[in-house]
Amino acid sequence: MTTFEYELPNPQTEDVKTVFGQQDLIRRSASTIEPPARQLTPMAKLIDVSKCIGCKACQAACLEWNDKRAPVGENVGTYTIPPDLSPQMFTLMRFTEWINPETDNLEWLIRKDGCMHCADPGCLKACPAPGAIVQYSNGIVDFDHERCIGCGYCVAGCPFNIPRISKTDHRAYKCTLCSDRMAIGQGPACAKSCPTHAIVFGTKAEMTEHAETRIKDLKSRGYQNAGLYDPPGVGGTHVMYVLQHADKPEIYADLPNNPVISPVVNLWKGAAKYAGLAAMAGMVAFGVLHRFVEGPNRVTPKDEEEAKQLTEDPRS
Amino acid sequence: MADIADTDTRISRRFFLKGAGAGVAVTSLGALGFGGIEAAYADSIRPFKLLGTTITRNTCTYCSVACGILIYSKGDITKGEKAEVKHIEGDVDHPTNRGTLCPKGAALLDFVHAKTRLEYPMVRRPGSDKFERVTWDYALDRIARLLKDDRDKNFIEKNAAGVTVNRWVSSGFLAASATTNETAFCTFKVVRSMGMLMFDNQARV
Amino acid sequence: MTNSWTDIKNTDLAIIMGGNAAEAHPCGFKWVTEAKANRGARLIVVDPRYTRSAAVADYYAPIRQGTDIAFLLGLINWLMANNKVQWEYVKSFTNAPYLVQEGFGYQDGLFTGYDEVKRDYDRSTWNYELGPDGYVISDETLEHPRCVWSLLKQHVAQYTPELVSRITGTPKDKFLKVCEMVGECSAPDKTMTSMYALGWTQHSKGSQNIRTMAMIQLILGNIGVRGGGMNALRGHSNIQGLTDMGLMSNLLPGYLTLPFETEPTFEKYMSTRGYKPLRPDQTSYWQNYKSFFVSFQKSMWGAAATAENDWSYDWLPKLDVAYDIIRAFNLMFEGKVNGYVCQGFNPLLAFPNRAKCTAALSKLKFLVTIDPLQTETSRFWENHGPHNDVDTASIQTEVFQLPSTCFAEDDGSLTNSGRWLQWHWAASTPPGEAQRDTWILGQLFTRIRDLYRQEGGAFPDPIVNLNWSYEDPDYPTADELAKEINGSALEDLTDPADATKVTLAKGKQVPSFAALRDDGKTACGCWIYSGCFTEAGNQMARRDNADPDDTGIYSKWTWSWPVNRRILYNRASADVKGDPWDRTRKLLWWEGSKWTGFDVPDIAPTAKPGVVGPFIMNEEGTGRLFVRGMMRDGPFPVHYEPFEAPIANLIAPKIRGNPASRVFKYDWEQFGDVAEFPYVATSYRLTEHFHYWTKHAQINASLQPEFFVEIGEELAKEKNIPNGSWVRVWSKRGSVEAVALVTKRIRPMLCDGKVQHVIGMPLHWGFIGETKKGYGPNSLTPVVGDANSETPEFKAWLVNVEPITGPTPVA
Repeated sequence: MTTFEYELPNPQTEDVKTVFGQQDLIRRSASTIEPPARQLTPMAKLIDVSKCIGCKACQAACLEWNDKRAPVGENVGTYTIPPDLSPQMFTLMRFTEWINPETDNLEWLIRKDGCMHCADPGCLKACPAPGAIVQYSNGIVDFDHERCIGCGYCVAGCPFNIPRISKTDHRAYKCTLCSDRMAIGQGPACAKSCPTHAIVFGTKAEMTEHAETRIKDLKSRGYQNAGLYDPPGVGGTHVMYVLQHADKPEIYADLPNNPVISPVVNLWKGAAKYAGLAAMAGMVAFGVLHRFVEGPNRVTPKDEEEAKQLTEDPRS
Repeated sequence: MADIADTDTRISRRFFLKGAGAGVAVTSLGALGFGGIEAAYADSIRPFKLLGTTITRNTCTYCSVACGILIYSKGDITKGEKAEVKHIEGDVDHPTNRGTLCPKGAALLDFVHAKTRLEYPMVRRPGSDKFERVTWDYALDRIARLLKDDRDKNFIEKNAAGVTVNRWVSSGFLAASATTNETAFCTFKVVRSMGMLMFDNQARV
Repeated sequence: MTNSWTDIKNTDLAIIMGGNAAEAHPCGFKWVTEAKANRGARLIVVDPRYTRSAAVADYYAPIRQGTDIAFLLGLINWLMANNKVQWEYVKSFTNAPYLVQEGFGYQDGLFTGYDEVKRDYDRSTWNYELGPDGYVISDETLEHPRCVWSLLKQHVAQYTPELVSRITGTPKDKFLKVCEMVGECSAPDKTMTSMYALGWTQHSKGSQNIRTMAMIQLILGNIGVRGGGMNALRGHSNIQGLTDMGLMSNLLPGYLTLPFETEPTFEKYMSTRGYKPLRPDQTSYWQNYKSFFVSFQKSMWGAAATAENDWSYDWLPKLDVAYDIIRAFNLMFEGKVNGYVCQGFNPLLAFPNRAKCTAALSKLKFLVTIDPLQTETSRFWENHGPHNDVDTASIQTEVFQLPSTCFAEDDGSLTNSGRWLQWHWAASTPPGEAQRDTWILGQLFTRIRDLYRQEGGAFPDPIVNLNWSYEDPDYPTADELAKEINGSALEDLTDPADATKVTLAKGKQVPSFAALRDDGKTACGCWIYSGCFTEAGNQMARRDNADPDDTGIYSKWTWSWPVNRRILYNRASADVKGDPWDRTRKLLWWEGSKWTGFDVPDIAPTAKPGVVGPFIMNEEGTGRLFVRGMMRDGPFPVHYEPFEAPIANLIAPKIRGNPASRVFKYDWEQFGDVAEFPYVATSYRLTEHFHYWTKHAQINASLQPEFFVEIGEELAKEKNIPNGSWVRVWSKRGSVEAVALVTKRIRPMLCDGKVQHVIGMPLHWGFIGETKKGYGPNSLTPVVGDANSETPEFKAWLVNVEPITGPTPVA
């Protein structure tokens, strides 16, 4: 059988050995850590919007693999269902009906939304809880829910508006890039399931190279502005898109044109993170209060104000 | 062998050489000298949930692309154990679907464990507003009797012109569209041997 | 499918018309994506709606539902006029040169022989002119005015691009663009694949929709080649298998047919099944019919089927009329049916005119459902407010709901649309007391048989003599049944040339249907499946996924019918001399003395090129552009409007619907007209759901939770319907309430000068399961079937729509 270039293997069930772990952290929220002894090869997920048929297999596989279930809601006049990302739904097909002004043809743009796994992660930088957000040297940005205080700063710090806070356990959730699968040499569940291989997974170098072949094909079909979305404002991402109209990312359900971490995050990080919030970090260390108190209540009004500014920060 | 950086590269294409399947993957990973799962996991990463499950090859029950699937069960039915499905994923060795699944296939687990799965034979008596649980013996005896009585009463051996026709058209049977060929043949034999003509499957709708 | 899913990677052009592969068959659609990415293939989608298939297409053209034949005959007209014809293929591999007898004619939408009262044809003139030798007369120049090619040219001439556009609503420039793209595939080294499904079958002329594209594929030389073919995507996981196995009102296994009462004897039955070749030296494979039939009778009745009793011919029921589902429910509605068994099927949501279905089921004495899930059908008597508003107490039907296993708890084979029989294995313990279908059927059969043995009754012979030699008669196993389907020798089979030489010993599995006999020495449940479980073991369980030449054939992966052939008519992949049309896509070729290649030849391996035609299942050996009297509604397709249409038929204004479709009186009175119902509706699947099954699966319910209808922005504006608000949609037969999804993907079309609005209605909701309660399109659809297959017209009917403030509250 000839193989697809980036086919993902079947999960094994015995003698599972891990390929990376705690020793590979390069960043840890509200902490300083020793640089790891090795640098893992950066990995990436490439989402080719032009191959996507909007089937939501990625959403189904994500829910199934992560043992999450989204509530059965309503239809409010869109195929984008559930209506937003949620603590259960880490990824979401966002549907946009767009009339191309140059051809007057309808294009149904379908973008799989979810964590971009930024090389320079705004969520992690904004996070005041030590170790609640970590970054591995292969590019995964992951949340440690046991350490999360539910303050919502990660939401504010994210230029893509991805993390969601659970109303039940007051912790932040988002795509893990299936860190549990990757840890034993598997690819993410969404990429494995994707019927048209619109989602592929490999090293970032391979994905970039693969994107070039896709862009060439799209240009042969008249998409002169086809291109790769790997925004430099966040140091590049470990989830990238091939877009038919890379000159206008905003037409894809408001994908930011030039995402950057708000300067407020860096400012706040310096001024308040290790000083003003030291007490809060202490409370977290006891690991008691956050089970009884709404997360945001444990930050100061000043922090709240800063967070508000962040949320209102224009994203594109 | 490989240096440390190469470890991770192997997650992508070279590591996933086709036809290899799980066995080979484990071997090459093991050769890299990493320790057990507990040792190397990180705080943020949840334990791999398929450890110790049994894999069974199957085919998706929905459309006729017939994607290959792997069913991961707790317990091994081939060893006479009680087995419960924990996860279903596409089979990368299958030539058609190559490990992929659509949103129906990717959620097969919820079909298997649907709250509305039937567990016991039930009867609803004429005029009643509810189902009552009955035994298999009761249900099968009663259905056999109802079918036989109707057949005996309405079977047509000869038509008006005196031609032997041996048909039964006062009862009908609608066959499934997702049962196996073997079930289909079994059903065919039972239904046609009784002379039933009102017999169809879902091909027409 | 003539080809397979994996073969689609070999195409140059995929045309999706009458289907929506990206949504309904996503993992099969991947092969279109592969052809696009690796071969630079193009994708055309022709559909009333801009679907998720259209979202990744290179070219999309809208079409009013129910007008596909006008579009396709217009395309044939364009191909002929622009010399986009694969001439060698047409002249040698189709019946284009054959003469049609005098007396055949066509005028104003009707062929010769029409009887308006019977709504049927006398088809005797729809035939070839035969020479004194009994062979069809042929004019290789294609110039004779009565040759098929000339008649076809004349037949399609009126379907000009202008008329096509007036009928279909497809803008002329878009129609012509599709013509040009398709026309390129007339080159011998270019292939197009046709991918269709219920978007073509669910019309009152569904069979002719498909046939018209098959004709195009013959004209382009695209049948039998890699990356070509007519590919019915098919709906359910084993709908192909159940049909192959003959579980249809008029069939026996392997497309043998059930006798009519006009065939009272076996001799009479066989007299119309001789399939004498119509060309010299032609192979006509159905000449083996008797071997297949006798072997089938032996598998049913074993030793009781003898030469003396004509292999128990009398034990088969004889048809007086077709007992398709439309007739079955009509009979039920008239109170003429007492008992009904639904095995894994939910007719209350699947059959047209739900109100009639409910009334019909309410008249049954007993109903049995065998299903892994609760179904609306098994609870048709239960009141669910507006979603199932029945008077429970007045319904006197006794209902049994029997729990069966699902795929995860069962062994056996399923046949996919590419005809691959794939074995699967049980992984789980069934819930509660759920049982496999073979257990349920076994238990039921032995009980009925025992009752007949004990107390006698109406004609017990076929029941008490049914071959039921399973180790546990109450529980036949999948292996036992599979072996029976494959067939075996009942006595030692000997070499015809040397009677002392045993070719297959008694009790051995036959290697293929070539070993089947008409003398009672073999038994075979389904001849086309012969070879699936041989002495070499269960071929359906093979798992070698090697594809050494990268052809997409996968000949060692499971097993496909017939005889593990993956592409039907593959002889036609090579020219008359036996050289492949396209050397880069070789499939089969002549090697001096025999056929060889990547697939099992669909011709005798030593049949010389130029002597035996490639279509060996036809007596002519060629593909049929003119189908003689084999279809009820015409030897050529004709454009007929749906029975509920917004405009009159422009080529035959007096004809309503398909003139050869059977319509029951009650149902005819239930047709609505455009004055009262001004909008054209259509039904379809969404990718998030599978029929009425996945509404039971929580994840799928969360991804598409609630019934909605799709309405274009223009109609929404005209009717003051905001996106996400509630509407009522009704037809002559019923009314539903739904959320309105207002979209740019449905645009009004101009048909015969009038603006036509399409209303789209997905089909996944009912009153049981995890989703919100809703309705199916069958609450509204008319009861009329395709003239040939009786598949209901679910894809085109008339409705009206109005905004409402919200759903009717549930009491």
